[in-house]
Amino acid sequence: MEAIWEALRREPPALLWGLAGVLAALSLGAAVSVALPRLKPGRDYRNLQERIASWWVMAALLVGALLLGWPAMTALFALISFLALKEFLSLAPMSADDRLPILVAYLTIPLNYGLVIADRYGMYLVFVPVYVFVAVPFLMACIGRTKGYLARSSVFHFGVVTCVYALGYIPLLMRVPREDAPQAGAAGLVFLLLFATEANDVLQYVCGKLFGRRKIMPKVSPNKTWEGFLGGWLLTAALILWLGPWLTPLAGAGLWVVALALPVAGFAGDVTMSAVKRDIGVKDTSRFIPGHGGVLDRLDSLIFTAPLYFHLVSFFALSTY
Amino acid sequence: MPFPRVLFLTLIAKPMARILAGADVSGREHLPTRGPAIIVANHNSHIDTLLLLTMFPARTLKHVRPAAAADYFLANPVIGWFSRNIIGIVPVERKKVSRDYDVLGPAREALVRGDIVVIFPEGTRGAASDQMGRLKSGVARLAQAFPEAPVTPAWIAGAGRVLPKGRGLPVPLNCSVNVGPPLRWRGDRHAFMEEVRAALEALSREAPPLRWRED
Repeated sequence: MEAIWEALRREPPALLWGLAGVLAALSLGAAVSVALPRLKPGRDYRNLQERIASWWVMAALLVGALLLGWPAMTALFALISFLALKEFLSLAPMSADDRLPILVAYLTIPLNYGLVIADRYGMYLVFVPVYVFVAVPFLMACIGRTKGYLARSSVFHFGVVTCVYALGYIPLLMRVPREDAPQAGAAGLVFLLLFATEANDVLQYVCGKLFGRRKIMPKVSPNKTWEGFLGGWLLTAALILWLGPWLTPLAGAGLWVVALALPVAGFAGDVTMSAVKRDIGVKDTSRFIPGHGGVLDRLDSLIFTAPLYFHLVSFFALSTY
Repeated sequence: MPFPRVLFLTLIAKPMARILAGADVSGREHLPTRGPAIIVANHNSHIDTLLLLTMFPARTLKHVRPAAAADYFLANPVIGWFSRNIIGIVPVERKKVSRDYDVLGPAREALVRGDIVVIFPEGTRGAASDQMGRLKSGVARLAQAFPEAPVTPAWIAGAGRVLPKGRGLPVPLNCSVNVGPPLRWRGDRHAFMEEVRAALEALSREAPPLRWRED
């Protein structure tokens, strides 16, 4: 116990306040899921309760990794990448001859995250987009099944870029040295990304439920509305403008660009995965996370916000990358 | 050896099934909590047995016994020991089918003991597709002998891709198990088998599209 307090005392205060905020938000959620069935009985609240219970588990894993540092974050996201890629490849239209390329797709996970461990930023940037892009279509050509070749090799690449390359940016960001982000260290940078992305999901959902009238993308996501999108955008941007200076070295124009771009990227990731699911013909990518659906259902927005946030922050405020 | 078996199945096999094969179960509320009971499922892969065993909670698990081909699983002493003591199979002597030998003898004994017996009525693993092979009527004979035992249908999707017949290396991909409401013996073997087939086909239509593209 003593050792844990000692370790927490060394963490930047802004990060600890942020984590306290998460704890407060989760407690509010738990309180609502307990109180609602008492106040408005007769409806089924199991999904809401499962959803909030799952939030506790996910938050515990992420907060644990944030406090333990980049090795823990790398291990956690390597596992998350595996689960996400497995979900994607399970639903994607692949053929029985693609068992070997599927194994190769999983092999990109240790290689991609190995580059994070080796701290080889330049190599990380090009490994999936260049090397995997060249190698796998060639392998699939060697296997020799040409029926649906273009579609299968493209699906394969889409899966590796979204589930492995995009998510690997999160542990890569954890490797920023303290002096490059003196406000709250690398954990502060990653915390703002995760918190703003998930807050944007929740705020868009809540604004849509409260004020939603005009459909924004009826063909892809019939439940999404302009009111939800704009409300989430404004509130999340305000959140980033408020928290950004405490948690990151972002300031001035850079802070504004991140604040305005991140909520849009989150929305883009969400509807992109919705389009993929609609194409495949499923509502959820699996039932891995009780109340939420699959790993990809939860990560869809993060897949788009993570690389964008990484490159915007490094462009405006970091000297490491 | 019930204790090490349940320990292995809950601490090793269950997380493995969850991480490597997804193991999404829907309709869990239809699962029997006590025996005698029968589970019928389609069969495309060894993974099927793993999925069906690990969908049970630990306290029921010690009673769940998959019926498995003796000529295959008891041919080698190491696999035989594992099959009997860890997987807990009820051996079916497929090769001894004749008038005076009851291949379902061990399954009957298990049901008398109050176990939950898992039957793959196709009798062997089929191709990794949504098609079911011809169903053998053994399950109807068991249902007739134990009319009080519910027969719960379960449709497994995706297992034939993880580890198809004839392959040794499993490829991690998600699988799902859809469990349907239990069937009851109503006095006619042929009609009962039709009911089993219809129930499995109905579940297969609700299953997620975890299959290879056909072209």
